[in-house]
Amino acid sequence: MRTWNRRQRTLCLLLLTAVILLAVTVSGALLTDRATETDFAHTNLAPSLDRLFGTDWLGRDMLARTLAGLSLSIRIGALTACVSAVIALALGVAAALNRRADAVLSWLIDLFLGIPHILLVMLISLACGRGFLGVVAGVSLSHWPSLARLVREEVLQLRQAPYLLAAEKLGVPRGQLVRRHLLPHLLPQFLTGLILQFPHAILHEASVTFLGFGLSSEQPAIGVILSESMQYLTTGRWWLALFPGAALVGVVLLFAGLGEQVRRLLDPSSVHQ
Amino acid sequence: MRHRLEFAGKKCIRMVLLLLGVSLAAFLLMAASPLDPLQTNVGQAALGSMSPEQIAQLEDYWGTNIPLPERYLGWLADAVRGDLGTSLLYRQPVLQIIGERLGNSLGLLLFAWVLSGVLGLALGVAAGALRGRWPDRLIRGWCLLISSTPTFWLALLLLMVFSVWLGWFPIGLSVPIGAAADSVTFLERLQHAVLPALTLSITGVSSIALHTREKMVDVLESDYVLFARARGEKLPAIVLRHGLRNVALPAITLQFASVSEIIGGSVLVEQVFSYPGLGQAAVNAGLGSDLPLLLGITVITAAIVFAGNLAADLLYGVVDPKIRRGAARR
Repeated sequence: MRTWNRRQRTLCLLLLTAVILLAVTVSGALLTDRATETDFAHTNLAPSLDRLFGTDWLGRDMLARTLAGLSLSIRIGALTACVSAVIALALGVAAALNRRADAVLSWLIDLFLGIPHILLVMLISLACGRGFLGVVAGVSLSHWPSLARLVREEVLQLRQAPYLLAAEKLGVPRGQLVRRHLLPHLLPQFLTGLILQFPHAILHEASVTFLGFGLSSEQPAIGVILSESMQYLTTGRWWLALFPGAALVGVVLLFAGLGEQVRRLLDPSSVHQ
Repeated sequence: MRHRLEFAGKKCIRMVLLLLGVSLAAFLLMAASPLDPLQTNVGQAALGSMSPEQIAQLEDYWGTNIPLPERYLGWLADAVRGDLGTSLLYRQPVLQIIGERLGNSLGLLLFAWVLSGVLGLALGVAAGALRGRWPDRLIRGWCLLISSTPTFWLALLLLMVFSVWLGWFPIGLSVPIGAAADSVTFLERLQHAVLPALTLSITGVSSIALHTREKMVDVLESDYVLFARARGEKLPAIVLRHGLRNVALPAITLQFASVSEIIGGSVLVEQVFSYPGLGQAAVNAGLGSDLPLLLGITVITAAIVFAGNLAADLLYGVVDPKIRRGAARR
């Protein structure tokens, strides 16, 4: 059965990961109503076969809550990662093509990296009045610096490439140069960078929500679930914190794996493996 | 020597400019917040029953009725003279609170910083030297797992296992309930700081180890290592004589870059362990719209981070003769 090469196996793994993540997202979105449903006949149940993740002090099913929370996290993660990656691409390309923009950008990057990340997300979230908008703005406006730096360095290197020098000498206008010659070359790195932003975005969303600067406490977000569970730790209700957190780690790991597989597929040097 | 001083001077000026930028950015972000500090702290009901004069007095206290540029310039003028204003929540000078809180956090931060640096370097070098074998796989898997774990959840897990389940450590607070802060012995303080420090160290290791591994792999694939192998040097000798020296520079960068990460992690960890450090003060200040305190904390932490970067830049010259001479030539 050694008919599959590494590339095909990677592709298979990639599809599998994507399907699992999609399934979690969709099922969580469908379960959002059940996640907030209280049932006072079944409060504080430990995990059992009937209720895999147990129930909390309001009798809410923790499995439904966890899935809904994960779904929310993934959707917010996708949105924020896309926004921040686009910001990074635009700023990185602009900086590499314009000396003055470059000085401004490198100063801005230093500025953003100087404030501890979680503090920066807190500040931006506060400026937008917390809540959904606060989280989205906070996470997406604070994640671009490292990717922007990467894009900038790549473009700076590319500018010396013969095909670009030739195009420039031939008098190709700036906009066309960027669109036809630069962006296609940047695409693989950009896509990988984009997907690798997901785990960070999800983790920061959960952290900020946990601290109370993010989604409001009525929403079944992982950060909310975990911060509520803190009050019940001492009474021995370990399942309130253990399973939702472990599920979040699982999702983040899946996204990290997804990024790695995409990188392998897009990396030209691994085409023949 | 003169060149090194010039270099340091330039870096210092850049740092001051960056700090100005940080303070301005933080100030604008907080001022742009639609959350009314009066409503958050006094409450809608109480605010409704107050006379306009009382409300005006409160507005004076929270400083919401002064135009923005004036407020910022006023803050800046005081800050230059070493006065970061008065915290609105704690009713104490901001610098005093920060000093107190930083004193509590400093041990935690330093311990985590040193331990994660040493451990990360050791694990990274080991993984890089044994690339592809089981120790490498183990270390890489562990680092990936840890870097995918939210810091606060790791803190919760440790709290569950060691405090609730095993009962080895107290559940929270750096001072036992019912005891005065001065009567606490050093040992008790230490006992309360163990778990937070451990959490911070564990999370700090992964990125340092992974990056060090990359560098180590690069070094081992270089021509000079190939030559050393050809001369018959064994792997331990190669790692010690060629690997560590060439990994030193990126390791310094990583170590000092991790300052910001560890301070960020301490915000979450202190919240879980209700440890009265700087991070907890930042969260309280943010939730209570305490502009002077949050601004002060942001500026001070940014100053620490920039100082770390500066230290790394200066250390390069000490460690690497190439950079020393390169700077002299310029």
